[in-house]
Amino acid sequence: MADYKPTEMMTVAAARALKNDDICFVGIGQPSAACNLARLTHAPDITLIYESGTLATKPTVLPLSIGDGELCETALTTVSVPEMFRYWLQGGRIKVGFLGGAQIDKYANLNTTVVGPYDRPKVRLPGGGGAPEIATSCGEILIIMAQGKRSFVDKLDFVTSIGHVSGGDSRAKLGVKTKGPTKLITDLAIWAPDPATKEMTVVSIHPGVTREQIQENTGWPVKLAAQVAETPVPTAKELDVLRELHARTNRAHAAA
Amino acid sequence: MARITSLADAIAMAVHDGDTIALEGFTHLIPHAACHEIIRQGRKNLTLVRMTPDLVYDQMIGMGCVSKLVFSWGGNPGVGSLHRFRDAVENGWPHKLELEEHSHAAMANAYEAGASGLPCAIFRGYIGGDLPKVNAKIKRITCPFTGEELAAIPSHRPDVAVIHAQRADRAGNVMIEGVLGVQKEAVLASKRSVVTVEEIVDELPERSLNAVVLPHWTVGHVVEVPGGAFPSYAQGYYPRNNSFYKQWDDIAKDRDSFQAWMKTNVLDKGPDAFVQYARKHKAAAE
Repeated sequence: MADYKPTEMMTVAAARALKNDDICFVGIGQPSAACNLARLTHAPDITLIYESGTLATKPTVLPLSIGDGELCETALTTVSVPEMFRYWLQGGRIKVGFLGGAQIDKYANLNTTVVGPYDRPKVRLPGGGGAPEIATSCGEILIIMAQGKRSFVDKLDFVTSIGHVSGGDSRAKLGVKTKGPTKLITDLAIWAPDPATKEMTVVSIHPGVTREQIQENTGWPVKLAAQVAETPVPTAKELDVLRELHARTNRAHAAA
Repeated sequence: MARITSLADAIAMAVHDGDTIALEGFTHLIPHAACHEIIRQGRKNLTLVRMTPDLVYDQMIGMGCVSKLVFSWGGNPGVGSLHRFRDAVENGWPHKLELEEHSHAAMANAYEAGASGLPCAIFRGYIGGDLPKVNAKIKRITCPFTGEELAAIPSHRPDVAVIHAQRADRAGNVMIEGVLGVQKEAVLASKRSVVTVEEIVDELPERSLNAVVLPHWTVGHVVEVPGGAFPSYAQGYYPRNNSFYKQWDDIAKDRDSFQAWMKTNVLDKGPDAFVQYARKHKAAAE
């Protein structure tokens, strides 16, 4: 078995969730690594869009910010931010949105706003950014997050962006026509919504991870799907490309 | 009508205590030199509007210039927290900070509505989340034609917009290239504006027929400040200094180290401190 870290397994599993013909709204950090890994391996024609307005960008190193010059220089075109949010996101032209967060609940609602009460937060987080509308305007949502009791919580301190709300048809009842979160990829497993209840259930466990470990790092009773697969280990090629991407990125960011 | 002037004069004339001001630039072309000048001139009780507060607002908040922040994402991109922003919200240091929090889509729409002379922005957003519970300015409006419920917020109409651009000509026509953000909208939505540029040229260079140009009669003060966006970047001039963005995490984490840095690098300096960043890359390119 190849030697790899849990975060590498997470990034590789997330990259595999993307297809060559996807049009994807990319967030900074883990989503950006996963999307570019997909582009450099099995999905060379994937369209990556960053909220700075860069359409169909092909960065050689990962951007530190959402609007690094690298993104603009390698893009098909760059539009203004109002155009980005109006024509492209709100206009329904983006198939997949990629989100992360500080907290998630079992219906894949996300909190990136505060830990503790809004008026007297214990930790003031950066806030929603594009997420509230990405969550409802993209055709579907992929979420990438490392698991832990403080991040996988029974009740969010604040709902920054919705997933499946309170389950069942509650999302559709709000008038939202898009699918919402279809996959949650963590350092331990891949989760997907139950077709009826919409609660996120474990559909694939990463090699070497136990069901107990998943429960220990989740703040609600974990449900498993009827069929639970084992996630295939990262291939040598996936690991090589990912590590080379990170190495290139670190060199570039240290030099700038 | 554009007036070409010094940075100190432009800020003195355009930015007043108690103003609502928008320093814009979405990662690219963030007006750092102008931010430093506002701090040096000791402006107080400002309402700051900006999609991504970034280091500029972290500095202004930490230096006590700000009473209210209107924003949608308050982090250090790719690095983590804005510690001065957090200290103000979590501990009220140096004083309490009022928040009016939005999403990016809302902020972008509010600038566009402001530039369009409309009282409010209407868009499909804020569905199901908690932001409308903590921001009374987020309302719902029903489309009179389809019955669809949409989000509405007031348009942004700042007193002053402050932006950085690559070039202006001597008449004050301003040209912007690369990641455009909301700078054009911010200037057109505001009563007054200050535009710092990498260089003022006799004639704007050859450009695409659709290049973004703010005509001189839409711009207030134009100031040549080479390097004035550093550690943000100016496409075609110098790259984003990602290592400084990482260093800022340590500088700003602690109140004393923050104040010491601000004294050495802002209070005791002037706009010409930025020239080195422009010059360094010019030399590297030659």
